[in-house]
Amino acid sequence: MSYQEKKNIVSLTGTLLIFGLYCLYVFRKYSLDGLDSTDTLSFWGAFILILIPVSIVAKIVITIVFNIVYRITTKEAEPAFSDERDKLIELKSTKNSHYAFTLGFLLAMGSLVLEMPHSAMFIILISAGLLSEMVGVFTQLFLYRRGV
Amino acid sequence: MGKLPIGNHIRKLRFNHDEMTQQQLAEKAGVTRQTIVALEQGKYSPSLELAFRIALVFASPLEEVFFIENKEEFI
Repeated sequence: MSYQEKKNIVSLTGTLLIFGLYCLYVFRKYSLDGLDSTDTLSFWGAFILILIPVSIVAKIVITIVFNIVYRITTKEAEPAFSDERDKLIELKSTKNSHYAFTLGFLLAMGSLVLEMPHSAMFIILISAGLLSEMVGVFTQLFLYRRGV
Repeated sequence: MGKLPIGNHIRKLRFNHDEMTQQQLAEKAGVTRQTIVALEQGKYSPSLELAFRIALVFASPLEEVFFIENKEEFI
């Protein structure tokens, strides 16, 4: 298994772990019951704004730890740059990732049209963010394995 | 239009050039070793620029490094 495939698997695991732990922490601490409409919007706004820096910092830490472990276990340095194949695969995965997020965004807007609670819209939107990231990682894994 | 199957003689050429390693070729062509691996396994068709760079490393014409598999099907 190549460095890129291992990196993608670690990235996917890290993303799911961070998201899961963050949701667990937030929903244990705060309950959505009894929140009025204004509180709901404020809660979800804070949820997203805190999730972004938390996941960025966690991903940086995970990447550093992964590179150290990779060097120790394989006695091989990680590629120092992305070449044309890496960039092509990244572009294709970003495209698929955007398609997934756009679909989620449209569904979220649809929930507003159907007059569903605001929470439903945010849950769909956040799920679409997570799903789009997973689609991106799976696309990369598929293209690195099958070829491009 | 289907994808044109492009084969190559990279492995053979590396062997004929003092058993050049994949890493050495990668460094000379300016790509990662994984890309050379993918090329040799037929999992990646390089850009024209990379194809020329690899041909330059082996000091060979492009057609001696890369070729179209089952050419007669495409004529």
